[in-house]
This record gives sequence, structure tokens and C-alpha cells, in this order.
Amino acid sequence: MLSIKNLHVKLEEEDKQILKGVDLEIEAGKVHAIMGPNGSGKSTLSYVLSGKDGYEVTGGSAELEGADVLEMEPEERAAAGLFLAFQYPVEIPGVGNMTFLRTAVNAQRKARGEEEVSAADFLKLIRARAKELKIDAEMLKRPVNVGFSGGEKKRNEILQMAMLEPKMCILDETDSGLDVDAMKLVAEGVNALRSEGRGFLVITHYQRLLDHIKPDVVHIMADGKIVKSGGPELALEVENNGYTDILAEVA
Amino acid sequence: MGEAATQLSPTEARLAALDMPRGGWSEAARSEALARVRQMGLPERRDEYWKYTRPDTLTQPGAVPAALFDAGEVPIFDGMERLTIVFVDGVFDPDASDDLSLEGVKIDRLAETDADIHWARDLYGTLEAAGQDPVSRPLAALNTAFATDGVLIHVTGKPSRPISLIYHHADETSDAILHHVIRLDPGAELTVLENGPAAARFNKCMEVEIADGACFHHVRAQGRDHERRAATHIFTRLGEESVFKSFTLTANGVLTRNECVIELTGDNAIAHVAGACVGDGDFHHDDTVFITHDAVGCESRQVFKKVLRNGATGVFQGKILVKKDAQKTDGYQISQSLLLDGDSQFLAKPELEIYADDVACSHGSTSGAIDEEALFYLRSRGVPHAEATDLLTLAFLAEAVEEIADEALREEITGRMAAWLERHRT
Repeated sequence: MLSIKNLHVKLEEEDKQILKGVDLEIEAGKVHAIMGPNGSGKSTLSYVLSGKDGYEVTGGSAELEGADVLEMEPEERAAAGLFLAFQYPVEIPGVGNMTFLRTAVNAQRKARGEEEVSAADFLKLIRARAKELKIDAEMLKRPVNVGFSGGEKKRNEILQMAMLEPKMCILDETDSGLDVDAMKLVAEGVNALRSEGRGFLVITHYQRLLDHIKPDVVHIMADGKIVKSGGPELALEVENNGYTDILAEVA
Repeated sequence: MGEAATQLSPTEARLAALDMPRGGWSEAARSEALARVRQMGLPERRDEYWKYTRPDTLTQPGAVPAALFDAGEVPIFDGMERLTIVFVDGVFDPDASDDLSLEGVKIDRLAETDADIHWARDLYGTLEAAGQDPVSRPLAALNTAFATDGVLIHVTGKPSRPISLIYHHADETSDAILHHVIRLDPGAELTVLENGPAAARFNKCMEVEIADGACFHHVRAQGRDHERRAATHIFTRLGEESVFKSFTLTANGVLTRNECVIELTGDNAIAHVAGACVGDGDFHHDDTVFITHDAVGCESRQVFKKVLRNGATGVFQGKILVKKDAQKTDGYQISQSLLLDGDSQFLAKPELEIYADDVACSHGSTSGAIDEEALFYLRSRGVPHAEATDLLTLAFLAEAVEEIADEALREEITGRMAAWLERHRT
């Protein structure tokens, strides 16, 4: 599904290398988790994959089902099936949540040469999906993320994911700022979307999210590289011993 | 005396190019207005309130020719239930207009001088004259003196349909002067719609007297012809618990100066004036507003939003004057521009002058670019760059559009803005 090879990335503004050769293969139907200390390059990886400005790829490649995503505009990546759940979802005053989602869904369909979804069908679908995530009708009418609590913002990200039905989902520290109940709700939303044809990359600082979204593979990232990969037990090791031991072990 | 003495001053040169309609009930008011023009002189660049907008093309003897432009759109307000009154280059078109009868309203034309309409005679030019102090508005006095036509609307009830004034532009050199007078009796209600490019150069004045408990809504769309020029004035005086709400959308036009002069004279009156403009390239748009609070407990709002690109210029001069006894005044003013490139500019002069001690007045003015974070967020969800920019631009304009009370009119205006943005994508 997503194939990252020897990816090198530096900040455009300053001459600072952030990713120093990331290799990652995520198969369809699998959930991969990336854990790592602050500043290891986890969020940079998610931004580079989704096409945010300010980063320069200095080497390596990233392909989604064989297509070079690094060459695409952000909207083309989205239409190709890539989705990033933001660590800090952006507030957009004046743009209704519903309008935003319908515009996005139809723009993606249009880009893929599919027919637009009718207003009535869209409404039916979003109501059903919103209900599962305990998002009320009022939240759908409000401007995108404006005045939403931390938990509401993250649930709104998962709602977007559910509506856009991407092939490859990247969750960037989706657990940050969530209490246990909110995290469970978000995790349930993500689990409901797990399927044979869909890959997940869950970026997190802590192991607790992985209690709810059970990963198939866990990677440890440090200083711009994946330094260790393993099964779910690797996350528990981090939880019990911190990163220091693992980093010492691979150093 | 040298050569200069034999040359006409710019004001006299302009006056020499005009004919004052003679006879009838408006003659005295016109003569007084002409005296005001002569005394004030037409605006010049050095005038305090003309610093940001060059008045020369508005004051020179003839109009600069303006080409006609057809975007292929259905005219705005087209499908709405309304009474239409059509002017072509400032000339009333009886064939294109509806019959001027509507329940709760008496409509006459200024050009029909044979009828002495007492209420109009008492009003014509009076709000304009009152609005000359403390800031002079010579183009409005010129209008009172030389207006060739206009509508006189006396509202006694609550008509079921809005009155829609449509200004067609057919002659590339036309120079039109229209003056409307509207009076709402106590408790009366009226909505006036205006649209169309009007003329190569358009000088329009609207005086609106709103009696106690009456309610006046005004929605205007100025646009279409890129080269048209317009100087418009609204003068309004509000009685107790009356309401005035005006919204203007401006798209296209090399030069537009919209002045709005509001006097709140009855307690607990409400006046809202709002504008949204979208300008691309050779576009200069000036909103000049003066609101006087002269009664207790009145509320005024000014909400102006300008989207500017490719060297377009936006101007906002807004003043709130709160007189000594106008306690419990609630005054709000915001003017904002969205500059879509570095060539465009926004010039704002907000002013507050407050003599009462128990008031709440706030004002703000900002200039900014498209929010890059929001743009990326939308694009990351699959919304293409151009469409995402339009969405954010419409969101920026929304606060002004929300000032329109009627939902159908709000949607009509938003639809026009969206279509304009789509046509002007780069």
C-alpha cells in the first residue's frame, strides 16, 4: 500500500535534516504504529507524506500503490487515497463543517472521475457516521473545528476519514489532548474503519492509544530513522522501560 | 487679472456642462443645492475625505467612456417576487418597468414635476443638506441640484414585495444623475433592491426618512461593467425604535465611492450598514460612512469586507459620532481586507468621536492574506487549491453578508460572489 524507501527530508527554511533515511512498508489491511521520543521526526513524516509546504525531500521515495506521492499536490494525494488525521486540526471560521465535507467528498470523486454524491445521499451518510462518533447535528452545522473541544476536533477528524474512505490513513498523535473516554471513542471509530483494503499508520508518543487500536507492527523512530521494528510487545517495552533502553540497545 | 481669471474653475466647468431641470416643486431645493455646491466646491485631492480616492473622474465635465460587459449571468434578483423600476443610462424605461402600484406604497417619479407631492417637497434635499455638516459632500449637493429623475416612495404600510431598482447601462458615454426620496411612515416597512451598472458615470443619491417603529431594508449589487464609475450617497434619519439595514455587494468597476450618512435621532433605533466587495486589477472601491448617534440606546453596526487582488485598492473611512446625550449607545465598526497578492492595498481610516460617557463603542480594522494553514487543511482533504481559496474567501466575506436579514437575498448575494470568484481564478 504505502512504500517508503530511504526517505531524506530537510526543513526548507533552515539547513536542518529531519528525516535521515526512513524505510517503511505498510501492507493493505495492516496497522503500523510509529513511536518515538519528541523531535525524532514522526510528525515531519506525516506532513511530508501529506504534502505540507516547508519541507524538502533530499532523497528517497514514497509510493502509494506504486504512484509517487511526493510529486503530487496535496489534493491529488487525498484523491489518490491518502488521509492525514491532524495532530492539531485547523479551525476555519465561516466554512460550515457540512459544506466542507461535502465539498471534499465531491472534489475527490470528481478527481477520480466518479459521479458527485447527491445532497440527500450525503446527508443520510454523514448523519449515520456522525452518530457512531457521537457527533451531534449542531457540530456538523458549525464552522469547521471552531469552538470545538480537543475531543470534538479529533472525533471530527475521524468523521472526515469515515466520509472520505481513504486507502491509507495516517494518524498523527491522535491521542494527544484526549481523556480516556474520548480516546476510546476515537479508537472505536478507527477500528470500525479497519478493513482488508486499508492501511493505517498510527503515530503516537504513548503506548496507551495502542491498547485500543491494536497494531500489527510497531516501529521505533529516533533521530530521523526507524531504529527498531517488532510486534505489539515493542510498544509495551516502551511503556515499561521508556525509550532510553531501546535507543541504547540499537546505538 | 491674468489668464487664470478667464478659465473656469473645475466646479464651474462641471456646472456649465449640466442643465438644471426647471419648474415644479423641487426647484427651490435645487437652487439651494446649487448654492451649496458653489460654496463648497467639488471635491479635490487635497480634501480630507478624498485623500485615498481621486475625485477627478467624478467631477470632470464629462464621463470617461465605459465599455459594456456581459458575464452571461442571469441578472441578480431575477427570480424574486418584486416590483421592478428600470432606468437605462439614468432614463426611466416605462416598458421594462412594472406598473408603479403596490399596496401600502405610493410611488411617483421625480421627473414628473407637474404633481406637487408635499411630503417629497419637504424632504427632497433636506437630509442631503443636513448631511453636509461636519463633512461636506459636494457630489451629493450636485446630485440634488441636477438629478434628472428618481423615484419618490411614500410607504404607509407593509408592501408584500420589495421595490427593485434596476439600472441598465447601454450607452458607453452616459453620465447619469438620479435622486430617490423614500419616506416610511410610523410602523411601515420596505425593502429596496438595487442592481446594475447604471451608466459610464453614475451619481446617485438616496434620502430615506424612517419614522418611529418603521423598518427599511436595502440590498444593493453594484457590478458588471469593469470601466464604470459611481459616486453614491445614502442619507438616512431614524426615528424611535426604527430600523435601517443596508448591504452592498460591489464587483467590478474602476471607481466606486459609496457614502452612507446616518443620523439616529430617535431612542433605541438600529442602523446597520455593511458591504462586501471583490476587486480584481483596475478596481478602486471606497466606503465612506458617517454615523451620528443623537438619541439614547441606539445601536449601529458597520461591517465592511474587501477582497482585493492584482493591484486593486480598497478604502474605508468610517466614523461614529456620539453626541453628549446619546447615552447607552452601542456602536460597532469593523473593516477588513483580504489581500490576495502583494500588489493590492487597503486604506482604512476608522474614527470615533464620543461625547457621552455611558457608551460601548468598538472598532477594528485588519488586512491579511489567505490563511495558509486552513488552505493546506482543505487541500489535504482533496479540495483543489483554487476551490479551497474560494471557500476561504467566501468565509471571509460571510460576516458582511450575514448582515442581510433575508435568507433568500443572502443566498443570492453569496451565489454571485462565488460565481465571480470562479470567473476570476488565476
